[in-house]
This record gives sequence, C-alpha cells and structure tokens, in this order.
Amino acid sequence: MLTLSLSHFLILGAILFAISVVGIFLNRKNLLVLLMAIELMLLAVNMNFVAFSHFLGDLSGQVFVFFILAVAAAESAIGLAILIVLFRNLKSIHVDDLGGLKG
Amino acid sequence: MDFPTFVFFFLAAILIFAALRVITSRNPVYAALHLMLAFFTTGGIWALLQAEFLAIAIILVYVGAVMVLFLFVVMMLDINMDRIREGFWNYLPLGAVLGLLMVMEMGLVLGAKYFQVPIAEAVVPAGVSNTKEIGALLVTEYVYTFELAAIILLVGMIAAVVLTYRGKKTSKIANPNQQVFVKAKDRMRIVQMPVEKD
Repeated sequence: MLTLSLSHFLILGAILFAISVVGIFLNRKNLLVLLMAIELMLLAVNMNFVAFSHFLGDLSGQVFVFFILAVAAAESAIGLAILIVLFRNLKSIHVDDLGGLKG
Repeated sequence: MDFPTFVFFFLAAILIFAALRVITSRNPVYAALHLMLAFFTTGGIWALLQAEFLAIAIILVYVGAVMVLFLFVVMMLDINMDRIREGFWNYLPLGAVLGLLMVMEMGLVLGAKYFQVPIAEAVVPAGVSNTKEIGALLVTEYVYTFELAAIILLVGMIAAVVLTYRGKKTSKIANPNQQVFVKAKDRMRIVQMPVEKD
C-alpha cells in the first residue's frame, strides 16, 4: 500500500529543479529558453512551499507562493521587455552578440 | 495504490515530460506551449495538496498572462535557430551528468526515513474555503508584504512600458557632438552678387 508522503512532492520538485539547471546548461545561447528555465525553477521552489504548507498544516507557505508568483510575473515582464529592446538594437538575441560593454 | 497516489504519479509523469520538452525542443514556440502544459499539471498537483486558490491562480496568472506574453515575444522576434542551437550537443553530457547527480543527492536526502513529516491536521477545517483563509492571512499578518507586492507589480508594469515605448519624442534634443564640431562656414554663407544699379 503506497500513500503519498512529503518526500514524493519534494523529490518531484528536485527533479524539476535539476531539469531546469540542465536546461540552462544546454541552452546557453538562447535567452528565451533561459528565461523559461528560470520560470521552471521557480515552479519547483513553489512546489516545495505548497507541499510543506500541506504537510505541516501552516498556510504561510501558500501565502509565500502567492508573493513569489507576483514577483515572477513582474520579473518575466521586465525580462521580456529588455529582450525586445535588445532585439531592436542588435537584430539578434544571440548571447555571443552581447559583448557591447566589453569595449 | 489509492486514487490520489495514482493521480499524483499521472500528473508528475506529464509534468516531467513537459519540462524535458521545454529544455530540448528546437522551436521556442513549442517550448512555451510545453511550459504551459507544465503549469497546468502543476495546478492539478496543487489541487491534490488542497491548495485550491493557488491551483486556480497559477493557471490564471501563468497560463493566462505570463505564457501569452512569452508567446507574443517569441513570435515577434525573428530568431536564427541554427546559430542559437550551436553548442547544444556539446554541453549535453556535462549537463546530464550534473542533473542526474543533483537528483540523486536530493533524492537520497529527501527520501530518507528521518526526513518524513507525519501528516498534520487538515490545513483548513472542513467547510471553510482555502481562498477565504489565505485572504484573511493576507490582510492581517502579511498586509505590508501584500502592499509591497502591489508596488513591485506597478514598478514592473511601468518599467516594461518605458523600456519598449517607441512613440513621438516631445522634447527637443540638441546633439552636443554636432554643436562642438561646428565650423563658422557651416553657419554663415557669403554670397557673391553683382551690384545693382538704378
């Protein structure tokens, strides 16, 4: 008989986190997928918060997830705006083209 | 295997598949769509954990707003895919080994029997809505944080608008570079003309 324990959810969060770290490794040249991998990482963290909130019987974890969602929404809006400005100026979003500050 | 366990493993399998497709798909549009699928299944898993408000919120906020924004941006940019994918296979062995190592380490720690937490009493007593409880907590204990989140969202909105604004410039700007390098003959022109007689 298998019932769900805290470890199930935490290991799922760990797998998601590891997948997004590998995604950052693989897509080093692609800023768009880098942003998506960061969103996936935040999702893994939120999963841990919700699981602990359920198993410890404390609603504060869910309130924190709410705040993380708000901050992540603002972050992705600003990140994508920067990406658009970058594309307008450079006509590419390739990471190797972004050496403008190196001189 | 009882029904919640089955639902959990079903949703977890979809979630991991979607996450893998996000990082490996050739086309960023497919990556964004699989990320949407990942958020949907996460909403399902959170509903399983009795976090109904967050389950709805992640679908409304992420699938409804953030991912649509991502899709718009992906479709607006004209990306050279071949150049952007270079080095993908070179980093795969290192990345895969690192990822497996991380999962194994975290699994050994998190799956240990000493890490278990006995399931607590239900977070929200029966008959009370989860949304109501979170709302009560937001406007009492976390009210300053709540206002701070509102300010962060406002700042984010203004920043995004200001960064991408491309309208008419109403202020008149003088270029100092041209002003410094101006010569007298650029400003004054001497015209030769015959003397006029009456």
